[in-house]
Amino acid sequence: MYTFSNRLKIASYILMAVGAICLATGFLSAPSTVEEAKAIVAASHDDGHGGGHAEEAGHGDEHAADASHGESHSASHDEHVFHQLQNRPWSALYVAAFFFFMISLGVLAFYAVQRASQAGWSPLLFRVMEGITSYIVPGGIIVFVILVLSVLHMNHMFTWMDAEVVAEDALLQGKKGYLNPTFFLVRAAIFLGGWIAYRQYSRKLSLEQDKSDDNSKFKLNFRISAAFLVFYLISESMMSWDWIMSLDPHWFSTLFGWYVFASMFVSGITVIAMVTIYLKSKGLLPEVNDSHIHDLAKFMFGISIFWTYLWFSQFMLIWYANIPEEVTYFVTRIEHYKLPFFGMLALNFIFPLLVLMNSDYKRVNWFVVMAGIIILFGHYMDVFNMVMPATVGENWHLGVPEIGGILFFGGLFIFWVFNALTKEDLTPKRNPFIEESKHFHY
Amino acid sequence: MSVTTIKAFYNDDDILMNAVKKIRSEKYHIEEVYTPFPVHGLEKAMGLADTRIAITAFMYGCLGLIVAITMMNYIMIEDWPQDIGGKPSFSYLENMPAFVPIMFELTVFFAAHLMVITFYLRSKMWPFKKAENPDVRTTDDHFLVEVEAGDNNEELTNLLLETGAVEVHVPKK
Repeated sequence: MYTFSNRLKIASYILMAVGAICLATGFLSAPSTVEEAKAIVAASHDDGHGGGHAEEAGHGDEHAADASHGESHSASHDEHVFHQLQNRPWSALYVAAFFFFMISLGVLAFYAVQRASQAGWSPLLFRVMEGITSYIVPGGIIVFVILVLSVLHMNHMFTWMDAEVVAEDALLQGKKGYLNPTFFLVRAAIFLGGWIAYRQYSRKLSLEQDKSDDNSKFKLNFRISAAFLVFYLISESMMSWDWIMSLDPHWFSTLFGWYVFASMFVSGITVIAMVTIYLKSKGLLPEVNDSHIHDLAKFMFGISIFWTYLWFSQFMLIWYANIPEEVTYFVTRIEHYKLPFFGMLALNFIFPLLVLMNSDYKRVNWFVVMAGIIILFGHYMDVFNMVMPATVGENWHLGVPEIGGILFFGGLFIFWVFNALTKEDLTPKRNPFIEESKHFHY
Repeated sequence: MSVTTIKAFYNDDDILMNAVKKIRSEKYHIEEVYTPFPVHGLEKAMGLADTRIAITAFMYGCLGLIVAITMMNYIMIEDWPQDIGGKPSFSYLENMPAFVPIMFELTVFFAAHLMVITFYLRSKMWPFKKAENPDVRTTDDHFLVEVEAGDNNEELTNLLLETGAVEVHVPKK
């Protein structure tokens, strides 16, 4: 049995407290009027460029040049910036909340794959995976609450939720049948309900299998896992359209769901490896050997390449076709998010490719943990790049609220997951494949 | 074959595995093992060194990548620049997304083909080469272990029979 060590518990409390303070600071320092927003933008220009006044003048000239829009354009621009600055703490909250939720959802998918394929190597890790997927309940509820608050116009992240915007937008009117606040929340509730229901039921069957004297619970778990995967692949794809792609409501990509899936899958597997290695270092899970870690690291490597494949498939077609309504997505990112955009490509592709290629390194536990931290940061930046350009535009920072979001949800994740791990024995007893898993060697 | 060897035949892969471990623990040198199919874990039991083919595969992949970049740069940028889809080919870097599939394919092509060729050469195999198989039954249902013959062949023969060999051939002196 695992006991939640006090040090880790206190660490998770500190992370949550510091994170909450940073997030609150972010919310308090967000402007509440257009004038404040203008002041903030002017101040940040001064800070950033030193002698920024000359540039201010330059900006003014440019505006004068296309003065055909007149005063109303300038006023609407100010309001736009004001909304973006107001969105910043919300986006920081949303990106971090979604990122940690996505980890547990990715682990849930990996777990269901192991169940449905009746894999022989992984049953020793089932309790670890179940521990991580326990976070899907609080994490999912938090994301849902943020979405409800968006629908209630607490923020302007989803522009299509604003009836005034839709009234002036022919494209959004065309999408109204699908993209409307009520249906949006109904869908979110169905997705989350389905995922949480599978997680709880499969965990229950998994625990009952330990006490049962036949394999009926195991077989039932196999069947519901296969059914869940069908539901998951459809609902995950729609979730990615709803929760992320609709932030840019004019833009669409048909493989966006797969792309988000690859991101959550690799993050999830990375966290399984890290938690397993942590528990092993505490002398738990004695039967998990280097070959299990090796297999997880192979998945980290392989799914990183898979993520790149999907990212590039999406990028190249849009780049090559160069259709204005499509390519605007990447133009915004390359113009205003150059470092995070190309940086996350390096972190998520080149880094794992070079570092995890060597077979021997995949068995070195500390090495896998270090590579895992980089991969997780890379995929946080991936979500950051998916959300921020739509919500805060040019006014992005990786500052106090963003880091606060990571700390808060990281702390909550650690607290919830390790608390769930204390509930049951870490080794399943009556899984029919447990002997194979114990003797697994590569 | 420069050394004279004693050939022991087995008819089961489990018996073979145990025999190989036993023979090695008795400090005899196993020259070669012939099997009708790959036996998992045999190379570890025989104490063979790890393969270095993965390193060559990495180098061949890098070579393929370099060839692809050089080739595409010459064909598409230097020799005959074209304006495809409103993207004039004046710079390799700016047109790179279009070349990525070729860069990827040639990396895989070079790694795969050169790795196979390396493997054949290293195993001394080429077209029309005559098989170096001491006994045709190893392509059907028998496993053959060649053990280096020493001064006391009788002791070794007994050991081999003890480990479950169905047949032992001792070379004539």
